[in-house]
Amino acid sequence: MIRPVYFIPLAFFVFFAGLAGFMLTQEKDQFVESHMIGQTLPDFALRPATDNRPGVSIEDFRDGQPKLLNVWASWCLPCIAEAPHLETLKQSGAEIVGVAIRDRPADVANFLSRHGNPYSRIGADDLSALQLELGSSGVPETFVIDGDGTILHQHIGDIRAEHVPILLEMLKEARS
Amino acid sequence: MMRSMLAAMLVLFATPILAQGAVPPAPYAYNQLEDPALEAEATSLMYTLRCLKCQSQSIADSDAPMAGDMRHQVRARMLAGESPEEIRTWLIQRYGDYVSYQPEVSATTWPLFAIPALLLAIVLAILLRRLGRRRNDEESTAAL
Repeated sequence: MIRPVYFIPLAFFVFFAGLAGFMLTQEKDQFVESHMIGQTLPDFALRPATDNRPGVSIEDFRDGQPKLLNVWASWCLPCIAEAPHLETLKQSGAEIVGVAIRDRPADVANFLSRHGNPYSRIGADDLSALQLELGSSGVPETFVIDGDGTILHQHIGDIRAEHVPILLEMLKEARS
Repeated sequence: MMRSMLAAMLVLFATPILAQGAVPPAPYAYNQLEDPALEAEATSLMYTLRCLKCQSQSIADSDAPMAGDMRHQVRARMLAGESPEEIRTWLIQRYGDYVSYQPEVSATTWPLFAIPALLLAIVLAILLRRLGRRRNDEESTAAL
């Protein structure tokens, strides 16, 4: 007769093996969320990413008007999918400031001529320096910034139709 | 022939990926610092920082452009006089603990450190009790 206590290690093993097996079936969250929500933007100044839009600096976010800061790139495919929704946001009154990651002026111009230009300004972030400051880990990502330059919200991935009203609501709240 | 044609076509259609590398890498992405001691410190820090694009690699291992930009940050900040731990803190402030591979005791990880210590204590307690009991047994047999 084996004493029941001797089954405790076996029970532990079965529990952990079962837990590991269960976790394997769970979808992994690949997103790395920024911890900068509620923080203010750092001091920065980016040169214009293309000829027909000015560059971006911290001053542009301190004019009292909430804005969207869209981190994107001409080499990024989901950015094409998000372009029409950015256009909708712009037509609904949102000001969108673009930051192009590791991009060339000619490529930016080409992208904008093909997929539309909803941006009021586009800065070039050649070393992903501002992206790292924001706690952003990919393109596209969109940040809601209030009129004083405080980061209110991070949207990871491309903006889809269902995200448009949410972002507009956040801008409206930031305005009041 | 077919295969090389196919490969050539695939490369043509992969222009967005090529464009990502069209911009030259950051100055310190692939260049070491002049001071070997500083470079050694930077390298050992880079091995403990997670690449955010390719999350199972460190930024020292990864060829992703973003990892290059992170290496540039590490080296440029070291050169400016920041310590490795200051740079790690700077990244953790932005991305959370996830960006660092170095295990740290925190509100979520303390059981990882506490459980082995607890198990060791239990094992030690059982062992002492058993050994103690055997000695008592021997003593009582000797007394007979």
